[in-house]
Formats: sequence, C-alpha cells, structure tokens
Amino acid sequence: MQVLHLELTNFRSYEAAEITFAPGVNVLVGPNGVGKTNIAEAVGYVSTLNSHRVAADLPLIRQGNDQAIVRSTFSRGQREIQLEIAINQGRANRLQVSGSPVRATDFISQLQTVVFAPEDLSLVKGDPSDRRKFLDEVLVARAPRYHSVKADYDRVVKQRTTLLRSIAGTRGASSRAGAESTLSVWDDQLAAHGASLLFGRLSLLNEISGLVSQAYEHVAPGKSAGIAYLPRSFSDIPSEDSLPRNRQALEELLHKEIALRRSEEFARGVTVVGPHRDDVLLTIGELPAKAYASHGECWSMALALRLAAFELMRTLDDSVGDPVLILDDVFAELDSTRRKALAQVAMTAEQTIITAAVAEDVPAELAAQQFVVTPGQVARGN
Amino acid sequence: MFDGAIADLVTELGRLPGVGPKSAQRIAFFILQSEEEDVRRLADSMITVKEKVRFCSECGNVSEEERCRVCVDDRRDRSMICVVEEPKDIVAVEKTREYRGLYHVLGGAISPIDGVGPDDLRIRELMTRLADGRVAEVVIATDPNLEGEATATYLARLLGSMDIAVSRLASGLPVGGDLEYADEVTLGRAFAGRRRIEP
Ligand SMILES: Nc1ncnc2c1ncn2[C@@H]1O[C@H](COP(=O)(O)OP(=O)(O)OP(=O)(O)O)[C@@H](O)[C@H]1O
Ligand SMILES: [Mg+2]
Ligand SMILES: [Zn+2]
Repeated sequence: MQVLHLELTNFRSYEAAEITFAPGVNVLVGPNGVGKTNIAEAVGYVSTLNSHRVAADLPLIRQGNDQAIVRSTFSRGQREIQLEIAINQGRANRLQVSGSPVRATDFISQLQTVVFAPEDLSLVKGDPSDRRKFLDEVLVARAPRYHSVKADYDRVVKQRTTLLRSIAGTRGASSRAGAESTLSVWDDQLAAHGASLLFGRLSLLNEISGLVSQAYEHVAPGKSAGIAYLPRSFSDIPSEDSLPRNRQALEELLHKEIALRRSEEFARGVTVVGPHRDDVLLTIGELPAKAYASHGECWSMALALRLAAFELMRTLDDSVGDPVLILDDVFAELDSTRRKALAQVAMTAEQTIITAAVAEDVPAELAAQQFVVTPGQVARGN
Repeated sequence: MFDGAIADLVTELGRLPGVGPKSAQRIAFFILQSEEEDVRRLADSMITVKEKVRFCSECGNVSEEERCRVCVDDRRDRSMICVVEEPKDIVAVEKTREYRGLYHVLGGAISPIDGVGPDDLRIRELMTRLADGRVAEVVIATDPNLEGEATATYLARLLGSMDIAVSRLASGLPVGGDLEYADEVTLGRAFAGRRRIEP
C-alpha cells in the first residue's frame, strides 16, 4: 500500500501542512528539531493509533490547542481510502474511514505500517513491557481483532488488581469472604481473556520466529539469532515449548495457576498470573541479547525484529500489499553493511518514508523523492 | 476566557456527560441568545424532574409514584424478572416489545476501579424479591462489556442454588457496547435468543 496524501492540522509542530508522497522511496530532510519525525509519527499514528515515541496522545496536539486532526489518503490495490482522526484533549478521539465513523478495531485494520526508529533499541535493552508491546503491536497488525482482546485483557488486570489491593487492605473475615466471591468472577475473566491473548502471541511467535532469524542473518551475517516466548507466570513451565497450543487448555492452565498463587496475590495485592507478566527472549549466538549483545548487535536485533514484522505482513495469504515502511532517523546509527541490508529492503517495498537530518546519511541508491522540511512546512525538493 | 455568569454556566454544562468544553461554550451562547421563556421552561423542567421523580420501591426504575408503570401493570408477567444496570436500559428493552415481564435495576455493574462491589448494587433487594418463589425466570441483561459480564457471572452463581431459570441475553449485542445504544432489532433478537447460564 501507499500513503498518497497527508494533511495535518495542529498536529505536533504543524499548524497546517500537506504532503503528497510519491510511490517508492520518500526522504524527508532537514536540521534537528525541524519536524521530520513528527511527519513519520503522524503516518504511524493514522495506521496504528499509536505513536512510536509517546504513550499518551496529549503531546501530539499542538501546544495551545485542544484538537489535532490527521487526514490521510492511501491506496490499497486499486482502492483509495480516506482516513481521518481527530485527537481530542480530554474527550474520546473521533475516527473516520472514507467519511464514516468507525471503531478503533475497524480503523487500525486499514493502513499498515512498520516503523523502525532509534527508540527500538529498547526492544532489546529495555524492560519486558517493551517487548510485549512489540509483540502485541504486530499481533494487532496481523489480526486487528486482537486490538479489543488486548484492551479487554488490560482492563481485566486493572479491575482485578484494584480488587486484590482492596482485599489486602481489609481485615474482617466476613468482608474478606465477600470480596473473594467477587474475585472468583474476575479470575474467570482473567483466565478467559488472558488465554485469548496468550494464544494470539504464541501463534504469532510461531509465524515470526523463522523470519527474525532470516532477517538477522541478512542484516548481520555470521551469528544466528532467535526469539522465544517466555511465559513467566507459570511456576512450573519454564519455556513456551511446554505450553499447549490451544485456547481452552491455556485457560485451564491459567485457572490452575491463579488458584495456586492465591495467597501470594492476597499478600502482595497484585495480579501475578497472566500474559501481562511474560517476556520475549532474544538470543544472538545462543546468548541472551539483553545481557550479552554488543551495542551494534542490539541494533541489528532491533532492526531484524522490525524487518521480520514487515516480511510477515507482506507475505500473509490475505496480504493487501506491503506495509508502508517508515525509517525514522536510523541510517546514521548503522554501519555500512547494515545500511546496505536495510536499503535493499527499502528498495523493494511499495513505499518507504525515511527521515534524516543529513541527506548524506541515506544510502545513495535511496536518493529518490526528497522533501525539505522547515519549521511548520514540508516542500518537495529535487 | 469568560468570567462571571457565562463562565459559571460553561463550567456547569461542561460537567454533563458527553459535553466537552467546546460544546459547553456553544450551548451557553445558545442559551444566552434564546428567548427568556424558553430558557425558563428548560430550567423548570430540570427542577421538576428533580422534585417529582423518584425510584420505584419494587424494581428501582424511575417513577413519579411509589411504584413504577411496569410494576403496577397487571398485564405484565410476574414470573419473570429482567435485571438491568440502569433505568435507561428498561427503555431500550421496552422498545423491542419482546419482553412482557418485570424488571430489576441494579444501579450499575461490579467495577472495582470505580469502587463498586456487589454490596453497592441492588442485589440484596433482588434476592428479597425472589424469596417468595413466584419468580421462575431471571433474564440478566447487563451491558455486553467486561463489567456487565462479571456482574452477570456473579448473579448467575448467586442464583444458581435457587430453583430459578437464569439466562443471559444472547450475544449479537456489540461487545464493549452499552445496552441503551443497541438498536431495537438487535436487542429484540438478543432477547429471543437468550441462553441459560450454568452457574
Ligand atoms: N505538541 C507540540 N506542539 C508544538 N510543538 C511541538 C509539539 N510536539 C513537538 N513539537 C516540536 O517539534 C519539534 C520536534 O520535531 P521532530 O521530532 O519532528 O524533529 P526532527 O526534525 O525529527 O528532529 P531530529 O533531527 O532531531 O530528530 C520540537 O522542536 C518540538 O518542540
Ligand atoms: Mg527525528
Ligand atoms: Zn418498578
């Protein structure tokens, strides 16, 4: 697919800006702080409703305003589709596809993007939550209904943890018995929604692990890289190999573990069982990347993860074309081998959007449509 | 931005559900430009609703009398109770014309985040109504979202030991939705296809 047109109103540093993208490679160039990443971020946001930089929406709204609007026209095969988001301060955002209001799940199943950015180093070096986020993002891109599975699961954990905390604070045996009868209701929800999410993640891992190894081999030939799911909430299941690949069985397993950890949960007032505690193990040459990999290897691993996601999306049976590849300020971080490897992929993608402070950082073969970014404006170069 | 009376009005309007700061401003200026008698009628109807309307002593529905219109209606099937979260849900169910039994309003759903547990809902009142054995079926029509589901499960377990058929509205209702926003056809179908839940 291709982003044809992007229109920003009060988004980040832009009061009003329009860009018409070209097929193939698009390079946004301009000095630091001028607003290049803001453009890349807008394209990513209109695709996933997530920013690759911030968790909250507020920073996306231009200082001093209470609404930002992102409009985009993109093409999928022969079809042209309009997307519009109004990001509202203190109110629900409004989403439209070709003029009709839609729910988030229907919105994010439209335009597909894969973003690679300096922040991605945290996929390797950061907390388990960074890796879970990666997995869930790809899962949602792969099967949009997981957007609501994830949202429901997060809410169950929040509800249940609040309840546990309140039980931890009660003394009287009778009020505690009352709270426990409510807890069993939330146990059911945790096991049911948790099993759905876990099942989705395991299926995804199954699909993507070979692609990650291949991508790493392409980016940094030599050592082999691997990815595995780390189910950390089961006391006697150390690796994903011993997990059943069946939603029902996972639900029963979660139920059993919840019962087992009851007293620990009461004592700590936290939900200790469930996929919100899990991690992803990344290995380079058999060693865990987080603790052992060199700085450059970490970069290669992060890049391999994104490229694997890209490859997965474009080769799906029901694929609707390549996702738009967005490379935010990453060439400066890579050595010449890896630059070349990344450039090769970018060349084959239907559309790539690249940002760079210095044009020379971008490999010469990608010197296609250039845009010069100045504060608040984007103009076609060359 | 504004001060005095207008600012106060914008603040008050902004506290209404679904009214953001911009809408609050628009409504405030609309009121400012309206005829005084129109505004007075609006204000009076707000006061009247507060003075006159109370909650039905039997089911918790809104009512201007001791018991609501449904509860006093002899033609209703007294062997069935439909449990809903809010009085507005009764309006939605009534529109379907699928259901001829009585109602019970819980006053919300179980939600620890909002500090709502079973004791904060009208569950004890429901148990009292069920005690005399005249009710044979309870239909749980809580919202099709997490909290509604949790509440339904809780009730189903509670009622499991009694000799009462317990059913839950069939899905087909949009998940994550509000009952009041479900269209009549969908809601009607959901009623027709309600299913027993095993405690
Ligand atoms: N909500 C906002 N309102 C106004 N300005 C903003 C907002 N958010 C970010 N900015 C401004 O946008 C600029 C950053 O833009 P951006 O991150 O796109 O820069 P860049 O061109 O990618 O720079 P670099 O080359 O350093 O990565 C900053 O100057 C920042 O102050
Ligand atoms: Mg940048
Ligand atoms: Zn009544």
